[in-house]
Amino acid sequence: MVEIDACGFSCPIPVVKTMHGLENNPGEPVTVLVDSEVSRENVSRLAQSKGYTVKIEALAEGYKLILNPQSSESTG
Amino acid sequence: MAKKQLFNQRTALILAGLIFGVGASLLQKWGNPPNMGVCVACFIRDIAGALGLHRAEVVQYIRPEIIGFVLGAFISAYGFGEFRGRGGSAPLVRFFLGVFAMVGFLVFLGCPVRALVRLGGGDLNGLVGLLGLIFGAFLGIQFLKQGFNLGRATKLPTITGWIMPVGMIVLLLFCIFKPTFIFASAKGPGALHAAIGISLVVGLIVGFLAQRTRMCFVGGWRDLILIKDTHLFGAIAAFFIGVFLCNLFLGQVNWGFVGQPVAHTNHLWNFLGMTLGGLAATLLGGCPLRQLILTGEGDADAGVTVLGLFAGAALAHNFLLASSKEGPSVFGPWAVIIGLIFILLVGFFMREKI
Repeated sequence: MVEIDACGFSCPIPVVKTMHGLENNPGEPVTVLVDSEVSRENVSRLAQSKGYTVKIEALAEGYKLILNPQSSESTG
Repeated sequence: MAKKQLFNQRTALILAGLIFGVGASLLQKWGNPPNMGVCVACFIRDIAGALGLHRAEVVQYIRPEIIGFVLGAFISAYGFGEFRGRGGSAPLVRFFLGVFAMVGFLVFLGCPVRALVRLGGGDLNGLVGLLGLIFGAFLGIQFLKQGFNLGRATKLPTITGWIMPVGMIVLLLFCIFKPTFIFASAKGPGALHAAIGISLVVGLIVGFLAQRTRMCFVGGWRDLILIKDTHLFGAIAAFFIGVFLCNLFLGQVNWGFVGQPVAHTNHLWNFLGMTLGGLAATLLGGCPLRQLILTGEGDADAGVTVLGLFAGAALAHNFLLASSKEGPSVFGPWAVIIGLIFILLVGFFMREKI
């Protein structure tokens, strides 16, 4: 699975990196690591607008966002 | 659930934008300069003057709104568990982006917030400034798409995040007790201000709401272009509607280009000044208001950016770069060109492969 580490980057870099990740891996799930609530919200919003479902796992320092295309998994 | 959360976030953002807009209009009624109910650039410039960093006598006053923005965000960030000491993402570059952003704003005579306040008061030069701002954001986006970033920040001890908020409390004490080393305008825009308590309360409310909603007056335009997302733009639209409708109600709307308060009619430099500001703010990841809010959340990089804004304001008046109601100064346009070259170089050389 493609994993994007966007920890430490401030707005809007995590969104830009996620956008590239989704464009370069169409139809595949993508995992994004972020370390702030703002990045979590922004990346989630982008993924949902592109038709992905978002599963959020809290980590010790931040969040792991699992973006799934056209999946029926519940969103967080 | 995610959709409901998104709906709630959007509703909060729009309400916060409306409240801020109405506040910016009312602050003019309550004593702030006309078409300058809130201007983050002008107000930082006024504080720089009050501290003696520049000696332009008509723009020296410690604006409690700025203090309120940072402290409101500080309270909110602590209350919601989002306060975190962090920093170390190209601080020197951020400082100079802040310097040049301020120079651009003071050639136009307003930040991205005041551009809307001016337009909401009928000043059509505000529209020219907004177009320049959007063009600057568009340029910045080209660099973002090519992999521009300022590098990763790292976690820092909590005390680093306290430095700027405590600095704001010190400024508030200066504002209240007026020690002799603090300058205060006897005339001009710096002499026009609402009561300290009113300004501070409005600043605290807006700072709190802006921290919760992530409101940003450059990010809204950027997201419209970059990811075709209207979320953050909602606050910009709501702010404008709030300030415009409240101005209409209070009889503060006067349409035209000529004779507008604290404004000039040179379209080229209104446009390019805001292009510089918009480009710098896009590379910085947020408008001056957003930088103040992040500062309140413990972000030392935003703190350095704010110091850059202060330095830029001091330079802009010491080197006679800031415009006046007669138009751009002799040196202001040169400073805008130098700033654009600096930022284009930064944008070009700070790309990484993505």
